[in-house]
Amino acid sequence: MPELKAEAELAADHPRAMWPWHLALLGALFLAWYGLTRAEVLSPFFFGEPLLVVQRLIDWFVSGKIFEHLAVTLFETLAAFAIGTAAGLVVGLWLALTPFASRLLEPYIIAVNSMPRVILAPIFAVWFGLGMKSKIVLGFTLVFFIVFFSVYHGVKEVSTVLLDNARMLGAGRRQLLRHVYLPSATAWVFSSLHASVGMAFVGAVVGEYLGSTHGVGYLILQAEGVFDINSVLAGVLILTICAIALDRMVTVVERRLLRWRPRLAGQDH
Amino acid sequence: MPHSASAVRPVDTPPHARVGAPALQLEHVTCSFIPRTAGAQRYTAIEGATLTLRDGEFVALVGPTGCGKSTLLNVAAGLLAPTVGSVRVFGEALSGVNRHAGYLFQPDSLFPWRNALDNVATGLEFRGMPRVAAYDLARPWLSRVGLGAHAQKYPHELSGGMRKRVALAQTWVLEPRILLMDEPFSALDVQTRQLMENELLAMWAERRASVLFVTHDLEEAIALADRVIILAAGPRSRPVSELAIDLPRPRDVAEIRLDARFVALHAQIWQTLKQQVMVAHARAEG
Repeated sequence: MPELKAEAELAADHPRAMWPWHLALLGALFLAWYGLTRAEVLSPFFFGEPLLVVQRLIDWFVSGKIFEHLAVTLFETLAAFAIGTAAGLVVGLWLALTPFASRLLEPYIIAVNSMPRVILAPIFAVWFGLGMKSKIVLGFTLVFFIVFFSVYHGVKEVSTVLLDNARMLGAGRRQLLRHVYLPSATAWVFSSLHASVGMAFVGAVVGEYLGSTHGVGYLILQAEGVFDINSVLAGVLILTICAIALDRMVTVVERRLLRWRPRLAGQDH
Repeated sequence: MPHSASAVRPVDTPPHARVGAPALQLEHVTCSFIPRTAGAQRYTAIEGATLTLRDGEFVALVGPTGCGKSTLLNVAAGLLAPTVGSVRVFGEALSGVNRHAGYLFQPDSLFPWRNALDNVATGLEFRGMPRVAAYDLARPWLSRVGLGAHAQKYPHELSGGMRKRVALAQTWVLEPRILLMDEPFSALDVQTRQLMENELLAMWAERRASVLFVTHDLEEAIALADRVIILAAGPRSRPVSELAIDLPRPRDVAEIRLDARFVALHAQIWQTLKQQVMVAHARAEG
């Protein structure tokens, strides 16, 4: 299929051609920010100053103060992400393949999912303390449902032809699970992982923000307490960079595990 | 050629199976479906269908669209239990999936996450054959269908015709005694299709499996089969007439269409089929 290959190459060339523009836009935004706060069109007190933000970042890294906080936040995020994904996958598969349990629990799942779960953070803090546990639990509740729903709906849409074929080839129930449902589910899990890695971050940071002794969320809260807007923005910047890095890691793992899937032109960003 | 596949099959030739029993017997089979929408009427796809596939025979099922051809195959495969009626496989009542049968589906049925070779070995693995042995059997079959050089490719990297050939190898490597085929070549272009049909005939001649081949293409049916069975227009479809195809073998599906006997048979069967097609059309319009 030479045409298809050509298309895939085009898609692969695409980001290489775009990244200078991405950088240029970023530079322009910083420049605008710098200009507007310098000229006091925007108040530097409320909007911060880019140079001071960068200065703050450098201070944090040079003094090493940031590392323990960043380590805590990243650990919480990764733990919530890993546990939430695994649990979402297992429960999603199980529930989709168990019609009675699925019909029994459906209204409750919908209720729990539509609940604004971030508001549970104070309760988790009471239950699990101000340490990392309560943040991991909060992140878990956010990640779990994203993965769970994509697997749950995915299983219901697994190709009946594939299932029939597997059965004709002699697959028993366990082999159907291992060779048809699980590989299909992997594809659905990955489609939701990009959303859930962000949510894991939200869980960790919001949890820290609402009550903690460590973490980037805690740093931000401290800075806010003294109206140090530059530190707040520096914290936000670090979190953003970490989130992007994690998202790229998901993409790398996804490409490796889903090698069998045709790569669509738009997917390859 | 691989022969040991039969050794791992749990039930291959049961000792108590009657010698000379037909490969497949469908007796008064009726299949009704209860629609999901409440209040809608139950749909009867086939009703009172009786059909026999003799051991080693190649039978083609032809009928207008929506006549329940696939339903009939699914019943023969054991994927669908008939509402009424019985199915016998080599004289034994069928319950559950038909372990003697291989099934070639109309849509793509390869596992997209397995490469061509893995796909061919799938059935052997499912049946508990050790990995190394399964791959030793699968490899010659992949070469047999002309894809030895494409073993590592995933289905999406293969053309439609190549995917069908992998599917063929996936089924044939298990050496099924019954082959159920649901318009397997309908999505292929004419040339590829004729190549595949000839390949099928060659493999069938060598293995002497019993084949139940569903198609809406009368020419394909006559070119391949020993016997052509016409199904009535659905719903409540059942076989309405059948005709033995006495064309000599081995056949070449492209050349045989020019044979005078082929043309005569075609004209004869088309009369019956046309009536059913008209009925189907009238029902679709009304």
